[in-house]
Amino acid sequence: MSEQRTIRLTVNGASFEREVEPRRLLADFLREDLGLTGTHIGCEHGVCGACTIILDGDSARSCLTLAVQADGAQVQTVEGLGTVDALHPLQRAFREHHALQCGFCTPGMLMAALDLLRKHPSPTEREIREGLSGNLCRCTGYEHIVRAVRTAAAAGETVGAETETASAAPPREAGAGAQSRGSARE
Amino acid sequence: MKSSAPITNSTITDRPGLDPGASVGLALAHDSAARHVQGSAAYVDDLPEPAGTLHVAPGSAGAARGPIRSMDLDAVRASPGVAAVLTAADIPGENDCSPAFGDDPILAAGEILFHGQVVFAVVAATRDAARRAARRARIEVAARPPRVTVDDGLADGAEVMPPYEFRRGAPEAAIAAAPHRLDGRVRIGGQEHFYLEGQAALAVPGEDDEMRVHSSTQHPSEVQHLVARMLGAPDAAVVCECRRMGGGFGGKESQAAQWACLAALAARVTGRPAKVRLDRDDDMAMTGKRHDFRVDWRCGFDGGGVLTGVDADLDARCGCSADLSPGVNDRAMFHADNAYYYPAARIRSRRVRTDTVSNTAFRGFGGPQGMLVAERMMDAAAITLGLDPLRVRKRNLYGPGRDVTPYGMRVGEHVVPRLVRELERTSGYAARRRAIARFNARGGTLRRGIALTPVKFGISFTLRELNQAGALVHVFTDGSVQVNHGGTEMGQGLHVKVAQVVAEEFGIGVDQVRITATRTDKVPNAPPTAASSGSDLNGMAAHRAARTIRRRLAALAARLFQVREAEVGFAGGRVRVGAETISFGELARLAFTERVSLSSTGYYATPKVSWDRDTASGRPFLYFAGGAACSEVAVDTETGEMRVERVDVLHDAGRSLNPAIDMGQIEGGFVQGMGWLTTEELVFDETGRLLTHAPSTYKIPTCSDVPADFRVALFEPGRNREPTIHRSKAVGEPPLMLALSVFSAITHALASLSPGRVPPLDAPATPEAILRAADAMRAEA
Ligand code: FES
Ligand code: FES
Repeated sequence: MSEQRTIRLTVNGASFEREVEPRRLLADFLREDLGLTGTHIGCEHGVCGACTIILDGDSARSCLTLAVQADGAQVQTVEGLGTVDALHPLQRAFREHHALQCGFCTPGMLMAALDLLRKHPSPTEREIREGLSGNLCRCTGYEHIVRAVRTAAAAGETVGAETETASAAPPREAGAGAQSRGSARE
Repeated sequence: MKSSAPITNSTITDRPGLDPGASVGLALAHDSAARHVQGSAAYVDDLPEPAGTLHVAPGSAGAARGPIRSMDLDAVRASPGVAAVLTAADIPGENDCSPAFGDDPILAAGEILFHGQVVFAVVAATRDAARRAARRARIEVAARPPRVTVDDGLADGAEVMPPYEFRRGAPEAAIAAAPHRLDGRVRIGGQEHFYLEGQAALAVPGEDDEMRVHSSTQHPSEVQHLVARMLGAPDAAVVCECRRMGGGFGGKESQAAQWACLAALAARVTGRPAKVRLDRDDDMAMTGKRHDFRVDWRCGFDGGGVLTGVDADLDARCGCSADLSPGVNDRAMFHADNAYYYPAARIRSRRVRTDTVSNTAFRGFGGPQGMLVAERMMDAAAITLGLDPLRVRKRNLYGPGRDVTPYGMRVGEHVVPRLVRELERTSGYAARRRAIARFNARGGTLRRGIALTPVKFGISFTLRELNQAGALVHVFTDGSVQVNHGGTEMGQGLHVKVAQVVAEEFGIGVDQVRITATRTDKVPNAPPTAASSGSDLNGMAAHRAARTIRRRLAALAARLFQVREAEVGFAGGRVRVGAETISFGELARLAFTERVSLSSTGYYATPKVSWDRDTASGRPFLYFAGGAACSEVAVDTETGEMRVERVDVLHDAGRSLNPAIDMGQIEGGFVQGMGWLTTEELVFDETGRLLTHAPSTYKIPTCSDVPADFRVALFEPGRNREPTIHRSKAVGEPPLMLALSVFSAITHALASLSPGRVPPLDAPATPEAILRAADAMRAEA
C-alpha cells in the first residue's frame, strides 16, 4: 500500500487533520473518514454532479478531487448548509417547492445552486438552467428544481449575505424552527 | 360537477373542497424532504458499516458468449487486501437470481452469456482493493460470434419465450379491403435507467444460517427468497430491508437481486458483513435496460383516417435470459392500441434471445413501445391523407360502441376523449398548428411541428398473483402511529401517500404517522413496487389495517361512554364520542387499559382482474389511467438539432391522494420519456459490448434540455370509477408515454419537407436520426 499523507482542512467550519492515501478521493474521504454521507456518489466520472461540494468558494466534484488536493482548503458540504432548526433558504425552497423525489441528486444540486446564487444573486431563468445543467436529476424533470432556485434567489439577501460565513451555520431565522416542525406539511 | 381552478404545476394546491383536518388530498412534501435537503436521508451505502465490513467487486471476462476455457484467479487472490474470491463453486444453494425462469446465474457457470456478465467476485478490505484485484483475472473464453441485435436473433431463430398473439376479427381481410393501406417498419431504442443511486446491497450474517440484507430493491420479498435459495437456507432465515432507493424506474425490480446475492454470499463465505456498490460503468454494462424493438406494422383505414384493421409484429431484444421479458412483451401488446379502437387486429410478439445483457422492467414495462406503434399509424394515416393528425386521432379513440380492445377487454369509461378535447382548447392547438403551417410553408431549414397525443394505460399487474398487498399498522399509547407495508420508496412518494391514508382513517395529522423501512419480516410475500400499483395496493392494505383498529376503538369508546358506535367520530386529532371529545392518544391509552389490541395487519387483493394468458381472455386491468400532451418542437433539418419549445399536459390522477406528488410523477415521467425518445441512445458493438456505458456517452436530459415552457394540469373532475383507494388513479408510469407527443411533433416537422410522405423516423430521434429522416424526405421531395 502507498504511504499515507497528512492533510489539514476545514469542513463545514470545523478543522480536521487526517492521514490519507494519496489516491483517496475527496468524496470517499468525506463520506467514510468524516462520516458526511450527504455527499452522494452517482457516477464517479464527474458527470452527474451528485458529489458536488464547495471547495474554497467554488463548486467542485468531489469524485474527481483527491483528498490531498483539499489540503489546507475550506470545504462545504450539504451538512454545512443549514441546521435542522434553521434550514438554508435553498433547502427550504427545495422542500417547499417539491424539488426532489428520490433525493439522491439533492445535496449536489443544492451545492451547485449555492455556487450559482453566490456568483449570480439574481440569475435569469436561463442562468439557472445553465448553472444547474451539470447536475443530473433522473426523477423530477427539473421544473420544480428551477422553481425552487428562483424562489430562493428572490428571497434575496440571505443567500448572498451568507457567502462570507460560508462554513458557519446560517443565522437562525424567525419561523424556521416552526417550519421544520410544521411537519403536518411533510 | 363543481368546478374550481385546476391544480397546475405553477400553482400546486391541496385538492379543492377538502374537509378541514383532511389528510388525503393535501399537497404535502415528500416525507423525507427535510432529510433529503440536509443530506441525512440514508441510502444503503450511507448506513453505518458494522465492524469488519468487507467490500465486494464483481469481475467479468471481457468477452462475449462462449464457454469458459480457463480461469486463472491467482493474481486476484494475491492482491493486497483480498479476503476471498468467489466463483460459482462457492454457492451453497442455487446459482440463480432470476425472477421466475431459473436462467440468470449469479456467477457464470462454465459459460459466458453476454459481455459484462459477472464471472467472479472479489471480497476485500476496501472497495478500492476489491476493484483493483478484480482487474487481475485471466479468463479465456472460446468466444463465438454473438447475436447482438433483434435481426441477429431472429436470423438464428433464437427466442427466450415462445411467440404470443392476440387476434380479433379478420385483420388481413379488413386491411385488404380497406380504401387505404399503409405499412412500415419502425425501430425503437432501449433505455438505461440511470437511477442516480447505483445498485447496492449490504449483507450482515446472523446466528446459524440467518442473513439480513439491506438492498436498494423494488422487490424485497424476491431478494429475500433468492438470497435464501442461493444460501440453501429457508426463506424464514433471511430478512431483506429497504428504507429507500435513489431511484428505481424498474431497474431494481428483478435486477437488484444479483448484487444482494453476491453480498450475502460474501458474508456467508467470510462470516463478516459484506457490501456491494456497483461502479457506474459496471452498473450500466451488467444490468438490463428497456427493451428495444423492431416493429413491422400494416393497417387499413378509410378516407377519414379511421382504422379498419391493424396487423403488427412486435419483435423485442430480450437479451440472454427471460427475466421479466414475458410480462414486458405482453404489456407492449396490451398497449399496441394505445387509446384507439382497432375493429380487427392481430398483434404478435416475438421475444428474441440475444447474447447481450438481459433486458428488464423500465417504467411503462413495454407499454411505451407498443403505444409508439399506434401513434406512428395515426401520423402515417393523417400525413398520407393530408389531414390533421389530431383529427385522425380523435376519430379513432375508443368511445361508446367502439370499446373492445384487441385482447377482448371492454374500455369501461371514456375519459381520454374529454382530456383530448380539453387540452386541444387550453393548449391553443388549432391556432398554433395554423401558425406552424404558415411558418413551414415559407420553406427553409428550420421546421416546426406540433402534436397532441393521448395516453391510456392499463393498471394492474398482468400476472394476477402480484395484485395483492399487505400492511401492518401499530397505534401506540401516546397516539402515535407506525405504518409498514410491502411497497418500497424510490422517490415516487408512496410512503407519504400511504401515511396520508392512515392519518385520514384515524383523523390525525400526517405528522403523527411514522413511516418505517420496508422489511420482509414485517410484511411478507409482497409483490414488487411496480406497474404503477404501489399506492393502489399498499394504500388499500394500510387503509384496511387502520380501519380494523379504528373499528375496535370506536366499539370501545361506544361501550365506555355508552353511546352508539355511529356517534363516534375521528377528526382533527380528536375523537368525538357523543357529546364529549377526547384525544386520539387518550383513546389509545384507554384501549390498552381495557385490553383492546392496537395493532393490525391489512390485506388487499385487487378485485375483478381475471386475465388468463393461455386462452388470451378475461380482464387484465382493473382500470385505465390516462392523460394527454401537446408538444411543439423546432427542428433544424440541416443539423438534426431539435428543441422542445412548449409542452402542455392534462393528466387524470383520479381523486389525487397528493397533488404535489402526482405532479412530480407527471413532470418527471414526461422528461424521462422525452429522454428515451430523443437523446438516450444505447450503442452496442458487434461483440455485444455496451459502448455507451458511462453518463459521458449516454445523454440523459439535463436542466437546459427540458422544455422551458412546461404547463401541467391535473384533470379536475378526475375520479376513479373503480373503488380504488379514495378513488385515486395510479400515476407512476402513464406520464412517461405523454412524451410520445414530442416524437409525433418531430414527425410533423419533418413531414413538411415532403408533404404526403411519412418521415422514416426511428426512435430515439437523436440529431443523427432526425438528419437521416430529413435527408430521406428531401431525396424523395
Ligand atoms: S459522482 Fe461525482 S459527478 Fe457523479
Ligand atoms: S430526485 Fe431523484 S435524481 Fe433527482
